[in-house]
Amino acid sequence: MKLKKSTVNNLISFGIVIIAFIVCQSMISTGMMKRSLRGQMIPICVYIVMAVSLNLVVGISGELSLGHAGFMSIGAFSGIIASAWLRAAFGLENELVRLILSMIAAGVMAGVFGALIGIPVLRLRGDYLAIVTLAFGEIIRNVLNCLYFSLDGKRLHVAFNNPNVPGTILLNGPNGAKDVAKIATFPAGFVLILFTLFVVMNLINSRSGRAIMAARDNRIAAEAMGINVTKYKMMAFVTAAVLAGMAGALYGLSMATVTASKFKFDTSILVLVFVVLGGIGNIWGSIIAAALLTVLPELLRAFADYRMLIYAIVLILVMLVTNNPTMRALLGKLVPRRNGRQKGGAAA
Amino acid sequence: MVSFLRFLINGISLGSVYAIIALGYTMVYGIAKMLNFAHGDVIMVGAYIAFCAMQYLNLPPLLSVLCAMLVCTCLGVIIEGLAYRPLRQAPKLAVLITAIGVSYFLQNTALLIWSSNPKVFPSVFSVGQIKLFDGNLVISSETILTIAANIVIMVALTLFTGRTKMGKAMRAVSEDKGAAELMGINVNRTISLTFAIGSALAAVAGVLLCSAYPTLQPTTGSMPGIKAFTAAVFGGIGSIPGAMIGGLLLGIIEILGKAYISTELGDALVFAVLIIVLLFKPAGLLGKPVNEKV
Repeated sequence: MKLKKSTVNNLISFGIVIIAFIVCQSMISTGMMKRSLRGQMIPICVYIVMAVSLNLVVGISGELSLGHAGFMSIGAFSGIIASAWLRAAFGLENELVRLILSMIAAGVMAGVFGALIGIPVLRLRGDYLAIVTLAFGEIIRNVLNCLYFSLDGKRLHVAFNNPNVPGTILLNGPNGAKDVAKIATFPAGFVLILFTLFVVMNLINSRSGRAIMAARDNRIAAEAMGINVTKYKMMAFVTAAVLAGMAGALYGLSMATVTASKFKFDTSILVLVFVVLGGIGNIWGSIIAAALLTVLPELLRAFADYRMLIYAIVLILVMLVTNNPTMRALLGKLVPRRNGRQKGGAAA
Repeated sequence: MVSFLRFLINGISLGSVYAIIALGYTMVYGIAKMLNFAHGDVIMVGAYIAFCAMQYLNLPPLLSVLCAMLVCTCLGVIIEGLAYRPLRQAPKLAVLITAIGVSYFLQNTALLIWSSNPKVFPSVFSVGQIKLFDGNLVISSETILTIAANIVIMVALTLFTGRTKMGKAMRAVSEDKGAAELMGINVNRTISLTFAIGSALAAVAGVLLCSAYPTLQPTTGSMPGIKAFTAAVFGGIGSIPGAMIGGLLLGIIEILGKAYISTELGDALVFAVLIIVLLFKPAGLLGKPVNEKV
């Protein structure tokens, strides 16, 4: 049997992820991994999924989005509420089932908002599109700060800007969700990464994926070939939103306290940094950058106060070295050239 | 009625600060076609410099502001020369991430120098208050000064870009870099000049912002920076009068929204208005629509 080239590549990718997971898991169970690092495993999974999904928008579909954390926050709070509600209303005690159902609910919720936001956003171009995604991210955060959810027996209550809701409070406006049942696990995060890779890689290698990339490379030419540009851009945007929502649910259900201010503009930027440093349009780059940069502040703990400063300097230097023609030439002399082709297209 | 007027004046005052910051954003965008996310942090640096000049060196307020402007001008030129100039031909996203790196760098340097404890910015300007309606409506000296500074800067910038040779060079570079170079304009120097002016304005904005809202922290600049950026887009990015109108409208909407609709939702309202405006005028209020050529 002869497999398609893309299928082989996908299988190799899955294999690498699975090996990485087994290595990490065995390091955890044998106690070789430091405690501080162990706590980072779920965030690493979350940020890998965030980075891969944002790469779908920025790299594959070529639109700069600065509000990706907004979908993450929708997912986080939907996940928390769904988990608590499922437990109260249906007596669902099995944590794994609850986690899966909550993540699906979070994904659907984020997807719905992704579609609602995508309709106006994708009418715009370039920097205007970027600023509107930023605006939506901030609006989501502001509105979440005014939302109150509570559970009264089996009934779910929602109030806007009014903290007097009956029963036990799940989401307390600006104070966020407290005492969340931590049901997220590292294996669940690993499965989510696999799922994300499966979805994104299949999308990229499909007819739709080629249409999305054609629309990125030349919108007018793509339209002339009969591609419905808005539809395909929407497809990428909503898929990314769903994945971000699921990552958000995983994140929310791994923290004891979650507030909306956690998902500020800075978080969107952080994920964008992963995508750009990893290489725009390069899925593996995103994964590696997300994993390394999530751990980096932890590794730089020795430098204490200086670590964010070092992070900033590293960021600037990497951008200068990889993008300045003279520096690149210099680097090319030091490192023997791979027969590398230019990866991905820059977002216009 | 009086309270409405008070909110309106507060809105104009806040809007003036936004407008001054937005001018820096819009000029840099117009000429270098980049979103300079570090601009908000230059504001913060300016405010800290003025604070230190007043607190530790006991300089008079006006001299402190000049001092802050000088430092920020140098800072702007250095940032441009070291971080942005090498990336002139690079993809836009690379420049954006570098700007974010510069922003982190400034914030964390400020954190190391001045620590995260908020400093109380002294109220320094005493031009005198204006009392209207039998003392029901008091316009503070900060408000008067902010609005006055805004008008002066606006007029000066309009004259500068319209009348002087450097200003014309700036407009030429923003229209077409290649053609400007062929006409003998030094593009690099013109871009440096733009950064210098933008950063000097940021210093002024920082001082004005902190006189009105007197807590100074390393993160002080980021939210006003984002809002001013929104204001610049709102008015049509790249357009100087657009930044002015965008800033003023945004300030007024924010204050009125916080007063009459909801305190928590003031920011959301600002962004919602931006989205609605962009849907109907995709290039902002005064922006020029760009025709796409095949």
